[in-house]
Amino acid sequence: MAIEVRIPTILRTYTGGAKQVEGAGSTLGELIEDIDGRHSGLGERLVADGGLRRFVNVYLNDEDVRFLGGLETPVKDGDTVTVLPAVAGGTA
Amino acid sequence: MRYDSLLESVGRTPLVGLPRLSPSPEVRLWAKLEDRNPTGSVKDRAAFSMVEQAEKDGLLQPGATILEPTSGNTGISLAMVAKLRGYRLTVVMPENTSAERRQLLEMYGATIIHSPAAGGSNEAVRVAKRLAAENPDWIMLYQYGNEANARAHYETTGPELLADLPGITHFVAGLGTTGTLMGTGRFLREHVPGVKIIAAEPRYGELVYGLRNVDEGFIPELYDESVLTTRFSVSSADALSATRQLLNTEGIFAGISAGCALHAAMVLGARAVEAGERADIALIVADGGWKYLSTGAYGGTLDEAEEKLEGQLWA
Repeated sequence: MAIEVRIPTILRTYTGGAKQVEGAGSTLGELIEDIDGRHSGLGERLVADGGLRRFVNVYLNDEDVRFLGGLETPVKDGDTVTVLPAVAGGTA
Repeated sequence: MRYDSLLESVGRTPLVGLPRLSPSPEVRLWAKLEDRNPTGSVKDRAAFSMVEQAEKDGLLQPGATILEPTSGNTGISLAMVAKLRGYRLTVVMPENTSAERRQLLEMYGATIIHSPAAGGSNEAVRVAKRLAAENPDWIMLYQYGNEANARAHYETTGPELLADLPGITHFVAGLGTTGTLMGTGRFLREHVPGVKIIAAEPRYGELVYGLRNVDEGFIPELYDESVLTTRFSVSSADALSATRQLLNTEGIFAGISAGCALHAAMVLGARAVEAGERADIALIVADGGWKYLSTGAYGGTLDEAEEKLEGQLWA
């Protein structure tokens, strides 16, 4: 078992086109570092100045990690992490 | 109930219990039926409020042209208000929105400018901002950044909920302009200690996230993270499934964004049960299902419906 990370279209240049990659770690920050080790450059598209980039949303099992502890959010095997760019959405 | 005119009848919508979807007698779900507004959506509140504020500010003269980027509902609400108040309306709407929305806007006499499907509402906002710069005499109310949008909910939706459900513990609504969540959320936080404010954000197909780079992302100016307790991303499959459950178990024919909010509300309900806490969870049914019939969301299997929704802005 590992942690599944879903990658949005605009960041798949870093994953060789893969829609999802797998990684490991006990926190979201460690997970991103782990993935960046195999997909160099991806990490800095997600993280800047020790936090998530402003227009990047990351969800742990569909819940926004900004409300769970940011990069310190605990993650475990079997979790699904979804990365999405912040867009105007919803009924507007 | 009697009103002097249609605009007077905005708001004061029913809050109905969802006894079959509620997980236990101590953990109850309640739906605020915003489809009972004049044009059939929650957006009548914001549209009326934004036009009234612009009139107070002296921005709107008779015959003025209002410009607005919208995925549909706000446009339809503004079209109604503009017609009654004597303004023209031009909306910028992504081309991947339902046929019913276009038809309604055309009936109300609005001019529609289509923005590209790729990029969704981001593109509509970008095109509208360009048009506003090119046409300085047009008035863009700009729902994503207009305080009168959130204030409508601070002054009406919030007080209505508190009056109907004094024991409210959770408020759940879809996240679009963020006006409903910001306004209602602020009001409830001021009046109900410990109340939880939860955003349910639709997760669309990949086309909608078709930006060129992540730095082109968009966060509505109204958005203030500190008002929210948490935020869920809800897939179209989960939103569709909950939309159908709402009809099958409670008889409510709602738009797909209601399913999005219901899905999040059911997650919160399950958590409350697990924690052994009582909960009264209110969710917003932003509109009815009528405008989405052509999307295919209500026919066939869930998989078929999900496939048909791919690439469409369903909320």
